Amino acid sequence: MKPVGVLEETRVAVAVDADIVAARMHGRALATRLGFRATDATLIATAISELARNILLYAKTGEVTISAIERGDRRGLAVVASDEGPGIADAARAMEDGFSTSGRLGLGLPGVRRLMDEFEVRSSAGRGTTVTVKKWIA
Amino acid sequence: MQVPILKQGAYLIATIQSALTDADIVQLRDALVEQVGRYRSRGVIIDVTALDVMDSFATGTLRDVAHMVRLRGAETVIVGIQPDVAFAMVHMGLTLEGVTTKLDLEEGLDHLNRNIRTTAGR
Repeated sequence: MKPVGVLEETRVAVAVDADIVAARMHGRALATRLGFRATDATLIATAISELARNILLYAKTGEVTISAIERGDRRGLAVVASDEGPGIADAARAMEDGFSTSGRLGLGLPGVRRLMDEFEVRSSAGRGTTVTVKKWIA
Repeated sequence: MQVPILKQGAYLIATIQSALTDADIVQLRDALVEQVGRYRSRGVIIDVTALDVMDSFATGTLRDVAHMVRLRGAETVIVGIQPDVAFAMVHMGLTLEGVTTKLDLEEGLDHLNRNIRTTAGR
């Protein structure tokens, strides 16, 4: 597989709930500018909203990086949500529908995976969490 | 940004006008549940046409509003979910089970008028 190149990126610090809105608005604006259809821009904005909220909910602070990317002749958008919070002790279970340690819906990560084309979560207890998702222009 | 709530006869109409933070949505929930009692309202309409995203928090909180308002003796209708937002909700697996949804404000008012025996709100 060809390597992914980053064309531009924006970082949004996440510390209060208004940052969730700021992050997803940045994402929608970039998606629209890159040529994503409106429907896909909404999927991306929704995914960013979930990932940013997870940071607030589990780690209190972190950041969301939104990038324009390319792989070969394909263009897309990547979102990296990272924090130095408690981490996910059981990343496999966190991907199960309905699983939640927050007492909330527990749809977060599996839902985000369904919104995007590529999904990767790296985490271990006590060492923070990084979730990377990508969507390519159809 | 606070969501304005319009009292129209026996109904409360909350029109969301921009993206909302989680705190804004919680504030809307609490205001509606309180005002249903204060104004003895029979119906609540929440117009989400301008909402950019219905993620798990927004969906869960709006579902809570509908259930809390029902426990207070009134009925809630959520109107204006846009096609792209509906698409994202279905992908995420988010549902508004047990909550009445209608296409737009007109349909929402029509639903309440047919289901609530009152002459107010017309």
